[in-house]
Amino acid sequence: MHLDHAPAHHGPAAVSADVTRPDGARRALRIGLGGPVGSGKTATVAALCRALRDEVSLAVVTNDIYTREDAEFLRREAVLPPERITAVETGACPHTAIRDDISANLEAVEDLEDGVGPLDLILVESGGDNLTATFSKGLVDAQIFVIDVAGGDDIPRKGGPGVTTADLLVVNKTDLAPYVGADLGRMAADARTQRAHLPVVFQSLRDGAGVRDVAGWVRERLTAWTA
Amino acid sequence: MSRSALLVLADGRFPAGGHAHSGGAEAAVAAGRITDAASLEDFCRGRLHTTGLVSAALAASAALGADPAELDAAADARTPSPALRTAARRLGRQLLRAARATWPSDELDGLARRFPKGAHQPVVLGLTARAAGLGPADAAHCAVHESVSGPATATVRLLGLDPFDATAVSARLAPEADRVVERAVDAARRVAGEGVDALPAASAPLLEILAEAHAGWSVRLFAS
Repeated sequence: MHLDHAPAHHGPAAVSADVTRPDGARRALRIGLGGPVGSGKTATVAALCRALRDEVSLAVVTNDIYTREDAEFLRREAVLPPERITAVETGACPHTAIRDDISANLEAVEDLEDGVGPLDLILVESGGDNLTATFSKGLVDAQIFVIDVAGGDDIPRKGGPGVTTADLLVVNKTDLAPYVGADLGRMAADARTQRAHLPVVFQSLRDGAGVRDVAGWVRERLTAWTA
Repeated sequence: MSRSALLVLADGRFPAGGHAHSGGAEAAVAAGRITDAASLEDFCRGRLHTTGLVSAALAASAALGADPAELDAAADARTPSPALRTAARRLGRQLLRAARATWPSDELDGLARRFPKGAHQPVVLGLTARAAGLGPADAAHCAVHESVSGPATATVRLLGLDPFDATAVSARLAPEADRVVERAVDAARRVAGEGVDALPAASAPLLEILAEAHAGWSVRLFAS
């Protein structure tokens, strides 16, 4: 059997970024959350679930590096019913699983849609990684990059694919700024320089600042997806 | 056969989910059975002649056009550990996704309809080789290569083993791997007349036992 002589192929497409599922229904919007270790990705996912779970049908995929802790945290916090949270194992390379070889994550997404669907939104949380980790367009439709003020206020200036190209940049833990000597004004100016017109939200999950803005941004994406 | 298509399929960067699996190396490292390049070579040699041979024969047989459902049942019968059966089906499902996008074919679509949650990876590998215009020996070569290169690269991450040493292990085993491919293809050619019982059933009990233990760990780097 040689491809040169194979008849034209009319079978179902392999699902990755395809907008429809094999049964013809429109699939859920997928939003990726990436960022360095400890920047508050899981806490941001939890906040988003609390903000959106009464409005839309949603589920979460976590990519833990060597444990199932993030998934277990979300289950313990009861932000969603446990069957709506799935953990993917990443073989020591979180960025591989969200960018270079997305098969395990696509499988998790599909299983969630099959098992608890129909879903409007799936949040895919990356394992904590470095500033170059971004999601494949084959896996997510939009991505949020989460950094925090305690990780160093020079991160926006340093840039990198996450900071520069993510559809939304969240600068988290702003309540810690006075204690770590972070200059929020400088971070905002650097982020504007790096990102041109792409949005930035300064968030503090402790005092609630910015949480509504992140949820609002996700709502806008959902509206555009279902339009 | 197309040598270039073979390289695409055998490339460790082919996006079919293999990077998250250690081929039993993580459990063997924890048990103190792999500590350096020499013990890695012993481990890989054992895997080559057991899992590698069986996988290669299954893949070659699928590439020759044997019934995938019969081969999948034969793979089940040759995989005592439920954890390894689950891992093999998961990897099969992930390979099938990548294969259908890479070499679209009605046969692969049919396999996906028949096994929506995945067939054993070597069976999918054989059908993928067919779709890519490759033959049974090519499919078997991919299977034995994976049986050795998976644990070798995982050990680089697990032990910080010198990557040159790990790659040299794969290279030293290459002549043996070629002979395993010959045995696998010979067996696969007998399936048409004798049925799937002609396929080898070489077992590595320790791999099966360690895989069961590994599946119960709460902290681990690899899925299997």
